[in-house]
Amino acid sequence: MEDKKSSFCAAVKAAFPHTIPVMTGYVFLGIPYGIYMNVSGFSFVYPMIMSIVIFGGSLEFVAVSMLLSAFAPVQTFFMALMIQARHLFYGLAMLEKYRGMGLKKLYLIFALTDETFSVNCSVSVPKGIDRGKFYLAVSALDQSYWVFGATMGGLLGSLINFNTQGIEFVMTAMFVVIFLEQWLKEKKHHTALIGTFSSICCLLLFGADSFIIPNMACIFCLLTFFKNPIEKAGGLE
Amino acid sequence: MTFSQEVITIGMCILATLITRFLPFIVFSGKKETPQFIQYLGKALPAAIFALLVVYCLKDVSLLEGSRGIPEAISIALVIGLHLWKRKILLSIAGGTLCYMLLVQLVF
Repeated sequence: MEDKKSSFCAAVKAAFPHTIPVMTGYVFLGIPYGIYMNVSGFSFVYPMIMSIVIFGGSLEFVAVSMLLSAFAPVQTFFMALMIQARHLFYGLAMLEKYRGMGLKKLYLIFALTDETFSVNCSVSVPKGIDRGKFYLAVSALDQSYWVFGATMGGLLGSLINFNTQGIEFVMTAMFVVIFLEQWLKEKKHHTALIGTFSSICCLLLFGADSFIIPNMACIFCLLTFFKNPIEKAGGLE
Repeated sequence: MTFSQEVITIGMCILATLITRFLPFIVFSGKKETPQFIQYLGKALPAAIFALLVVYCLKDVSLLEGSRGIPEAISIALVIGLHLWKRKILLSIAGGTLCYMLLVQLVF
């Protein structure tokens, strides 16, 4: 049984080390996002508010160009849906982990970004720490990094000028490590191979800008088609 | 764009994001047990998603132009090597990222 009395402070302390790569990525991607808004003529309030209420990196970048072009709410909505569609999978994967989290669950779902999903889905919560509070701490820390970066970028604009070229690779490196950890943990690699194969094929077929949705459909079909052999082979947690 | 048009545009982004994040939880709400097929997807998806995310990060790398994906390949190899050697998550990530930054800033 988990210790229900374990405090939120303890959860933050336990969660922090797991969020260090996300912190690096979010701060150093948030700053250019804020700068981008700043040089596009928006006050720092825009990146600050948008990083609080949308909290989705790639969409927020695209939203800048949407705000600069002609008003087209319907088109904006469908474009945003397409950019964010991959979150549907995160929800399916987190259904059981986020079950019975009470009111916390609302924020946990709201803040389910690529990076927060990856951490919360792959981490084993330390003993003595309440799972809900741990997930909440990861989610809130991650969002605070993003809001901080975006606001700083918006405030300081192009005044910031140090060479951080290539730092965005921290996110790639984190996903590689999480993928590898998953690979080492599982006995059978069917689903990892399906994901790799499908993603590479769809990228080559559909191109960088539009491969995510066909890829999701493809992964879904392959997992459905091979459900019996995959389950028979075992190894799913 | 007027201020209210800006608010609506941002509102559309919020609405679309909320839909994609909340929909699975709304459809398979906590009261009744999740269908067996969805439970299977929940277990089978993470490994596939992590692969998707790695490819997603590398989607704009061109093998035919520029640095031809060489800095990415070297740095990912280093991440994997470091991780298999020491199995320290932060070390693997920091090592790979530093390597990548040095490569794109100084070499390529």
